[in-house]
Amino acid sequence: MMGRITGISGPTVSVDMKGLKLYELVHVGNAMLTGEVVKLEEKRAIVQVYEDTRGLGPDEPVQGTGMPMTVKLGPGLLSGMFDGLQRPLYKLKDLSGPFIRPAQDVSVLDPSGQWVFHPLRKKGDEVSRNEIIGYVVENHFQHFIACPHSCGGRLAWIADGNIRIDEPVGRLEDGSEIPVYHEWSVRVPRPYVRKFSPYEPLVTGQRAIDFLFSIAKGGTAIMPGGFGTGKTILEQSIAKFADVDIVVYAGCGERGNEMAEMIEEFEHLKDPWTGSSLMERTLLVINTSNMPVAAREASIYTAVSMAEYYRDMGYHVLLLADSVSRWAEALREISSSLEEMPGEEGYPTYLSSRLSSFVERAGVVETYSGKIGSLSMVLSVSPPGGDFTEPVTQSCLRTTGTFLMLDTSLAHRRHFPAINWFQSYSLYRAGLSGYYRENVSPKWEDVQMSCRDILQKEEALREVVEIVGIEGIQDPDRLLLHAAEMIRTQFLNQNAYTDDAFSSLDKTLASIERILDFYKHAAERLKQGAAIDEILSGTSF
Amino acid sequence: MRLSEHRYKTITSIAGPLLFVQGVSSARIGEVVKILTPDERQLEGEILEIREDTILIEVFAETRGLDIERSSIVLTDTLRTASLSPDITGRVFNGSFVPIDGLPMFIPEKKMPISGFAINPTARARPEEFIETGISVIDGLNTLVKGQKLPVFSCSGLPSKEVVAAILKNSRIMNAGTDPSGNRTKREGGGFIIVFSALGLTFLDYSYYMHILKEMGSRFVAFINMADEPAMERLLAPRHALTVAEYLAFEKGMDVLVIITDMTNYCDALREVSTAREELPGRRGYPGFMYSDLASLYERAGRIRGLNGSVTMLPVVTMPEDDITHPIPDLTGYITEGQIVLCRELHQKGIFPPVDVLPSLSRLMQRGIGEGHTRSDHRKVSNHLYKYYARGRDLRKLEAIIGREGMSEKDRIMLDFTDAFEREFVHQGMTRKTVSETLDTGLNLLKRFSLVE
Repeated sequence: MMGRITGISGPTVSVDMKGLKLYELVHVGNAMLTGEVVKLEEKRAIVQVYEDTRGLGPDEPVQGTGMPMTVKLGPGLLSGMFDGLQRPLYKLKDLSGPFIRPAQDVSVLDPSGQWVFHPLRKKGDEVSRNEIIGYVVENHFQHFIACPHSCGGRLAWIADGNIRIDEPVGRLEDGSEIPVYHEWSVRVPRPYVRKFSPYEPLVTGQRAIDFLFSIAKGGTAIMPGGFGTGKTILEQSIAKFADVDIVVYAGCGERGNEMAEMIEEFEHLKDPWTGSSLMERTLLVINTSNMPVAAREASIYTAVSMAEYYRDMGYHVLLLADSVSRWAEALREISSSLEEMPGEEGYPTYLSSRLSSFVERAGVVETYSGKIGSLSMVLSVSPPGGDFTEPVTQSCLRTTGTFLMLDTSLAHRRHFPAINWFQSYSLYRAGLSGYYRENVSPKWEDVQMSCRDILQKEEALREVVEIVGIEGIQDPDRLLLHAAEMIRTQFLNQNAYTDDAFSSLDKTLASIERILDFYKHAAERLKQGAAIDEILSGTSF
Repeated sequence: MRLSEHRYKTITSIAGPLLFVQGVSSARIGEVVKILTPDERQLEGEILEIREDTILIEVFAETRGLDIERSSIVLTDTLRTASLSPDITGRVFNGSFVPIDGLPMFIPEKKMPISGFAINPTARARPEEFIETGISVIDGLNTLVKGQKLPVFSCSGLPSKEVVAAILKNSRIMNAGTDPSGNRTKREGGGFIIVFSALGLTFLDYSYYMHILKEMGSRFVAFINMADEPAMERLLAPRHALTVAEYLAFEKGMDVLVIITDMTNYCDALREVSTAREELPGRRGYPGFMYSDLASLYERAGRIRGLNGSVTMLPVVTMPEDDITHPIPDLTGYITEGQIVLCRELHQKGIFPPVDVLPSLSRLMQRGIGEGHTRSDHRKVSNHLYKYYARGRDLRKLEAIIGREGMSEKDRIMLDFTDAFEREFVHQGMTRKTVSETLDTGLNLLKRFSLVE
């Protein structure tokens, strides 16, 4: 199906063409730029182009593909680095050098790639839709291959040993083939049998998160913060240490140099849970701020589709996106070039519904293959001017479970991670308490309460100190301030560049208990008449 | 490729820097357009938008004197490019890349589109080579590395140009290497070549900067747009500058330092175009696409694996109303790798450079300091100085309420340290300090107040 361009404005192109479907993928212009249909009118269609439109002119041809925008899902994705349209960046580099040129077609999965297939079913077995029939080994993972959603029946043939990615691994008696890879429309959530409430914590190794504001496997968290509050470093620390099987990191509209830093680091670091290279469990989707804006909008969908694919094999997958604000801004730019009526601060009125349907793709699920997998999300938000009342932060707050507020004043004091302990919260606390009681320590919740209590009292006392000075308050209060400071500097504060960057749950608990024990004993001694200065001088800051 | 020249006299409307022309066939987005005025001047513009046979042109010059009846436009069938040649060094151009130093235009070796192409993130090399700026608060606490973009956030009336000038004159690149016995060392590399892009510069600032640049011999290229020259040229000048910088860095292997001053004028020009197009304004009237637009400039800084050169960027942003949350510094800070924030209070105390340490930050510092880069104790000294200075600043607020007498002995020492830190470490006048001198100054301060052994 062909049409021609009638108008161009920024990343949007209007086409005089009928018969297109909404969200169909199209090729635009002589250069064959990739685009997606975002609006249909009686005689024309509006296409959002994923590449630089410079040089495009009217009357150039537009070609429909009949397909929505998809990602290819199959063995060979892990350790990969892709742009927002799932084009492998290393292959792009081999093709066109250090700078990205528009309209280059490179295949995601190596078509000549050889894999060793281990069948789990045999000829003559009855297999149902989505049932796993075997696996290949990808890095150190079993990459399961399942019967497609569209067919089921008796196996007439199944491969064993060497296979190629573009050849089927099995055939049913009715003649339908079971392919190694398939394509999936990125904007459609992958189906599952049922969803459960999160019941297991996602250990991040960050004491402030694991102890006070836990994230759950299958849960979602947001971390909004102004610039310089350490969003990216915290995201990257979590990507390194989280106790999940697979990490999908979407660098959405952020800095190129930081991505370069991350790539170099991840290639050398070891996964703390398995000891193999960190890159083996990681998948990167990178669309830096100077790459085309529409591809930035698509990048988080590309990332989440790949994450869901591994979840469906029964893995615990973590999706990190840095930052959702850049995605929302891309949405706003596209919306404004479509001349849509804007909502709050120029964002389209569908911002929050789009965002919530994206966030709801997280969860612990029973997959069609009968396994339990989870997809968790940790999303950073960059509110303009550090103002949390803006629409993106507010929309995120309504849909996510853990809120980690990154505080500029803490960051200025070089308290990292700069998580504010009064404003932040976790809705998973109640659901996870059983897990902590049984698997870490029965005291977990009590210790947590005591810790919160000290921090709460400190806040109130601090106001008093500001008026009367430290000498003007009573000794027990001075001791409490001291304990609170210990909690802040020795427990909540964690340096991402030292061995302290990761703390296990047991270590976290031991570390806070040590401080609380000191406080308890010191309070005893104070009651028995010891001088406050003597007690405090025995401890170092 | 068109065979004949396409000339149109079908202008339908003119609004500020924008022209609408009807009945145009085969135009392309981004195509360069020549506009002929009734008094036979020739202006340049670019196609912004196409709707059927109507095109929207953005004119990069003063549109005064244009009319609908007699003015005409010519499509050139080219995208905007920059002429490039090694002969470009030592030259001065205006924002439209026309020489203004009295010399003829050089013969180009090649031409490249000024919008550039995004660097493939996997091709980037991690910036980690220390640049010694000679300024203690930068070298010691907010270290600059090759390939970084580090803006200076200033307020009107503060000496941002003196700070930039000090960096221009004193910067040295330290390359990490190994000595014959295999130990990691640093040795001084060559100097920078400066690409200077001035946007809306006043004559006062112009003469100051030109004086500094002339002292550098021919190790600079300048693109100058003066305060009374067309605002639209401010959108072109930085792109010309960066295209030249990328060429010198990645094709000629030079270390390039790009200075852009003042980005606030750039953003105002962007806003002017946006409002003329009747686009829906974002915060404070700035367009919604400003983040992406600024990123298309700032992200051109960097290093590339396997290539020698580098582009380091030092944009100057004047914060309107001294407000760091204003959209211009705010969006800049979200893209750049840190910021150097100047502060009015220190300036009034006579401290130069008046850098406020607390909100200043260099995100790439960790990789560029320590053994093999600067000195092994760099991280420790800088963390201690920062920590105690931050505490001292907190205590100053307390002092204002309860008075010095009400404070403990320990707190009073901290207050004295804070004053001494500003006077002795931050303040250095126009003298250049090596990073070793900087760290020694810091270490001696910490020792004097018994804050380290």
